Amino acid sequence: MTDTAPIDPYAALQDKEPPKAPRSQWKDVWDQFKHHKGALFGGGFLIFITLAVLVGPWVWQVDPQKLDIRNKDLRPIYTAIWDSTAAVRWGNPLGTDNLGRDILANLIAGGRASMAVGWAAMVLALLIGTAVGVVSGYFKKADFWLMRFTDLVLSLPILPLLLVAVTLFRQPLRANFGPEGGMFILIVGVIGLTSWMQTARIVRGDILALKEREFILAARSIGTTSGSIILRHLLPNVISPIMVSATLGLATAIITESALSFLGVGFPSDFPTWGKLLADSVQRMEQYPERVILPGLLISLTVLGVNYLGDGLRDALDPRIRGR
Amino acid sequence: MLTFTIRRLILSIPTLLFISLVIFLLLQLAPGDPMAQVPLTVPPEVKEKMREALGLGQPIHVQYWKWIVQFFWIEPQVLIDHWFGTTFAEGKQRVISWQTRSPVMDIVVQRIPQTLWVVGLSYIVGILIALPIGIYSAYKQYSVFDQAGTFITMIGFSIPPFFTGPLLIVVFSVQLGWLPSIYDTTHVVTDWASFKIQFMQMVMPVMVLALQTTAQISRYMRSSMLDNLGQDYVRTARAKGLKEGVVVMQHVLRNSMIPVITVIALGIPAIFGGAIITENVFKVNGIGQLLLTALFANDIPMVMTLTFIFAILIVLFNLIADVLYGVLDPRIRYD
Repeated sequence: MTDTAPIDPYAALQDKEPPKAPRSQWKDVWDQFKHHKGALFGGGFLIFITLAVLVGPWVWQVDPQKLDIRNKDLRPIYTAIWDSTAAVRWGNPLGTDNLGRDILANLIAGGRASMAVGWAAMVLALLIGTAVGVVSGYFKKADFWLMRFTDLVLSLPILPLLLVAVTLFRQPLRANFGPEGGMFILIVGVIGLTSWMQTARIVRGDILALKEREFILAARSIGTTSGSIILRHLLPNVISPIMVSATLGLATAIITESALSFLGVGFPSDFPTWGKLLADSVQRMEQYPERVILPGLLISLTVLGVNYLGDGLRDALDPRIRGR
Repeated sequence: MLTFTIRRLILSIPTLLFISLVIFLLLQLAPGDPMAQVPLTVPPEVKEKMREALGLGQPIHVQYWKWIVQFFWIEPQVLIDHWFGTTFAEGKQRVISWQTRSPVMDIVVQRIPQTLWVVGLSYIVGILIALPIGIYSAYKQYSVFDQAGTFITMIGFSIPPFFTGPLLIVVFSVQLGWLPSIYDTTHVVTDWASFKIQFMQMVMPVMVLALQTTAQISRYMRSSMLDNLGQDYVRTARAKGLKEGVVVMQHVLRNSMIPVITVIALGIPAIFGGAIITENVFKVNGIGQLLLTALFANDIPMVMTLTFIFAILIVLFNLIADVLYGVLDPRIRYD
């Protein structure tokens, strides 16, 4: 009886295997995000399009503004498959427009403008929306009036007001910042100023719930100022709704810019954007349907990708859904 | 409920005043000059007289007050005169368009039926398509139908109407030649043949607008159905032996419709905004197209009135949605 091995009283408490590295939150998010096929495709397509319009001008070194009147109205190269009489040329794989400008180069340049407007307007709307949401969620005094103001802005007729603002303020901004720069500031400004309300409401709701939690009380009890509570403790916790509304904002901004260009109040005529290319080709879409379809498809696919990305992000960033 | 409705109605007055002020100031700050079209040979003092005749010489607050009086006091009087044959508004200054020198409201009243026909029909069609899709894809969650429905609604969200419009025109008017590409508003329906023409020309604009509505509402319907299908009362209904059709179509559907109806009410103003583009694509001469032409012609009274009508629509339907929510859901108490 005495020669049995002595029982180690701490054996049960010791780890059988070496401890795993702690999992970070973003690793969990990525694991959930991977399972959403649509979101993966959407995110991939968004990255692809962004890179394509950024790098494109170095790969496809054709000036989108260069007129080549001898080679005007060329069809895309693929029309030769079913129509052997179509005028095609390897030098212009997607054809040329009625002034002989290369369509591929125009699409790349147009994508640059559309994406730049989309990203800039989205960032502006996020900044305003987050600021309004945080201030009105955290400071009780500001809450009532800021939210009334948000409600008022929400009941403004956005598209008519956008049209009015863009048409009426075009001249002075053009005079100050040049035709392209002025329009860029104007369009980004008006889209940003009219699309921050949803973000503000969502952020405010989350902040209201978060600021009653113990960790905020703890932070305040050790004398943290309001400013650093907001920056260090509150903002990192509301990053997920902000990211989701960022995707929605990007999609809306791209569509709104294209709609303005389509209605003829967007950028000047020699400055291509996807909406402008589409609008200019509608007149002759019977002969050249691809000039409408290509930019339209690019807008739709980009927005579709962004929407799917937002869907996947919403699932991945919600800890209640994650892990299922 | 009644007190809540009255309180909301009173609260909407400052909202509308704020919106009208924003629109007014925006147009005031704008650098456009209504005299820009006047020939250069007209001497400046005559130009100044013309300016004053348009009411431009006065300070801003006087102009704003006059516009408010014209819009909220004189125009309703004109309407009452029109209905009952009275003479309240006789000799009073109405809101005059700078383009046509005729009262703005008269032109708006001429244009509204076209917009209402196209927009209203498209909304009804959209809802009628969206509800069954939403119900069925929630009932068969993660089935092939649900996945396809989600995909199609995503596409509906993503494809802008200024792309679907030309696309449909290329396919159905140019390639197939089935439908006319331009909406003829002078067409009068008298018999079966003319009704058919009217029907054909309405198909495409209505479908373009309906696609957007369908996408939105079927999404809401699906998630609202999903919320309710997991509830205890559904299990109770099944446990006491009700037929599946009764459980889904009566118990679950009625409860799921509550949030969806408010979404439907909230979406009505947005679809008027979307109609601006659709009207432009299909050349429908409704109020959206009127707004565009007025903008390009620098016709400020017209632009202001139209934008404000859009604002009234938004405020009104927000109010209707709030009240409907309280009426339909007895759990919600506003007081």
